Amino acid sequence: MSMGMVYALLGAVLAATLAGVGSAYGVKIAGQAAAGVVSEDPDQFAKVLLLQLLPGTQGIYGLLVAFITLSQIGVLGGNAVTDTHVGLMYLAACLPIAIVGLLSAIYQGKTSVSSIALVAKKPDQFGKAMLFPAMVETYAILALLISILSVTNIG
Amino acid sequence: MHDSDYIYAVARLRVKEKTLLSDGDVRQMTQMKTVPEICDFLESRGWAKKDSPAAMLEAEENKLLDLMQELRLDPQFLQILAYPRLFHNLKTGIREVVTEETHEEAFYEIEGFGRSEAVRLLTDKDYDHLPDPLKGVAPQAYELMLKTRDGQALDTLVDRACLCAMEKAGKASKNKLFRQYELLSVALSDIKLAVRAQKMGKPLSFLQQALAPSSLLDTDLLARAAAKSREDLFAYLDKVGFGDAAESLKQSGAAFERWCDNKQIELLKQEKYDIASVGPVLAYYLARENEIKTARILLTAKANGFDDSVIEERVRAMYV
Repeated sequence: MSMGMVYALLGAVLAATLAGVGSAYGVKIAGQAAAGVVSEDPDQFAKVLLLQLLPGTQGIYGLLVAFITLSQIGVLGGNAVTDTHVGLMYLAACLPIAIVGLLSAIYQGKTSVSSIALVAKKPDQFGKAMLFPAMVETYAILALLISILSVTNIG
Repeated sequence: MHDSDYIYAVARLRVKEKTLLSDGDVRQMTQMKTVPEICDFLESRGWAKKDSPAAMLEAEENKLLDLMQELRLDPQFLQILAYPRLFHNLKTGIREVVTEETHEEAFYEIEGFGRSEAVRLLTDKDYDHLPDPLKGVAPQAYELMLKTRDGQALDTLVDRACLCAMEKAGKASKNKLFRQYELLSVALSDIKLAVRAQKMGKPLSFLQQALAPSSLLDTDLLARAAAKSREDLFAYLDKVGFGDAAESLKQSGAAFERWCDNKQIELLKQEKYDIASVGPVLAYYLARENEIKTARILLTAKANGFDDSVIEERVRAMYV
């Protein structure tokens, strides 16, 4: 296996792993808060569940970029990468969603916890509470776009 | 425990904060004419339905302690919160063992150091099995009571030990609110003691022995000021940033007690927006204690036919 292939695979692995780790952490802390609210007020289950799920999207974005990369580099389809420079390009292309996915999922989880606390005290403010963590999502989507555009346009 | 370990507890308490009494609720209760009216109002706010107001208040205190246990908090945090009750049980236990007079109702129900354990350990002089914070002071306090039978001296010694333990716990805490709260509690207790001692004309030596070291006050200067005169005490408090305390003292003792409690509640209000630390848990615990104390004041005042203006001087500010 060429070094190019190693770099390209590393990119796909980082995208899926880092974004996944970030999402797992975000969903975990939001889940703790959601459980706290539901234990006192079970009627809020649907609302807090939605807030808990928000930080989970980064993991999906990372997985998507990893799949596209694998289907381009000869693992699930496409041609095997033989050039080291091309492999490094795939690695660089995967980094936006890997890094931004990791950090934005953690921050979004913390924002979700705050929004869950808001719903706990004022359930009628759910609409506004959803917006705060959703804002953090913007930057994960931007990173996803850059990663997809880069991966699909290499070679 | 890390701050993130408190997320569940804080979220749960945020829901419960909705049922805390507000300043408006307290004003409404103050205007009620009878004790049953206040009890009905409290029951409508989720308080336990009991045969007597005292039983209702006791049930609420137990509910709060049960909730704290249920939240699976750091055991050390729970123990520090229980310091005043632990030291109280020590004093009551020593009194009972030395005087052989039983006052079961005077003890707090504390797991591992309720009446039966306290009396057994003190009778056997088994100090090694006392809760850690009591081990140092217990033998000295027991001997003092045995030799002098002076309940006031016993109170002074044990209360000082309690304040020293709180000061130590506060200094060691990583949580800012917890640290501030413990240090403020010690300083306020010292001020209360200095005020009482000044009124009773206690000598400087008593004050120097009774005041616990405080990070917020120079207790030696406080003792000297209190031993000199009321004016000197006020001047010292004003100088060290407790001018409001001096002002409230000029009004009345009740106004001063109210100022002390309000000062602590003011400190807690910064925790309303924190999502993950021990701070909001402490804030909720103290807010609940404060509202139980306020309900007790209101119920006692109504039962004894106090005037509304007298009650208003005593009721505390609420957390929400």
